[in-house]
Amino acid sequence: MLTCKEFLSELTDYLDEKTSSELQAKLQRHITECPNCWVICDTTKKTIQVYKGMESCTIPEDVHERLMAAVERRIAAAKERA
Amino acid sequence: MATGAVPTAPVEAPSDELDLVARAKKGDGAAFSVLINRYEGKIFRLAMNITQNREDSEDVLQEAFFKAYEHLDQFQGNSKFYTWIVRIAVNQALMKLRKRKSDRTISLDEQIDTGEDMVIREVAAWDPDPEERYSREEMNKILTEAIDGLLPIYRTVFTLRDVDGLSTEETADALDLTVPAVKSRLLRARLQLRDKLTRFFKRKGDDAFAYM
Repeated sequence: MLTCKEFLSELTDYLDEKTSSELQAKLQRHITECPNCWVICDTTKKTIQVYKGMESCTIPEDVHERLMAAVERRIAAAKERA
Repeated sequence: MATGAVPTAPVEAPSDELDLVARAKKGDGAAFSVLINRYEGKIFRLAMNITQNREDSEDVLQEAFFKAYEHLDQFQGNSKFYTWIVRIAVNQALMKLRKRKSDRTISLDEQIDTGEDMVIREVAAWDPDPEERYSREEMNKILTEAIDGLLPIYRTVFTLRDVDGLSTEETADALDLTVPAVKSRLLRARLQLRDKLTRFFKRKGDDAFAYM
């Protein structure tokens, strides 16, 4: 059986379903026999899920306005040069 | 959504993107504005993750879009526009950090802590639907504060990979890291966030206990 440390080192690939089927079977066997690793695996999976559902990021309005104005100036200058 | 903030569209499946880039290449400012509106929020967040300074992040944001506009002809369309501009923005952000500490080369990895950051402090099952215990505002605050508590490299890798949905390879490319390096940083980021969130989401009545 895998040790908990070995299980944890493969956790990211396991959650992303990137392991070979042989390793995946070993990892699955480990969590059916180790309640702690089952909890870590389950709560890490939920961690990723809650962040996926996070509100889309926002940009402060003043930052947005300055960016648009600056880009507009650049484009105008580039057109003048051309 | 907070007042005074501009929402940004999701990154998925921008089928019109090649068309927008093609139009922008010909000098169509409106097409370029659409690309800006789509990605400015993510680029600003990325810059904040790396520089941790609002003024620097605003500079990075502007410089990234200037550079993108000037080098649009180099965008071949074989990756997402976002992946391409992320790389530009990361370089700009690292340049800012270097300027601030003018004496040496800086990489995002320099602050990495290889020992204690894999320690798992709390093992407790969560509620089946932890989000239901909190309002949307409270959830956003909890999630943002947890991410802000990570080292910049972990924060950046986690955001690109798990929030923005880049692949491991795209994240490696954007940050100039190897794929194994991205994977190990992602694992640490995920475990640390899990640890931080357990405090809020664990099932009532379950006690945390020391582990490993």
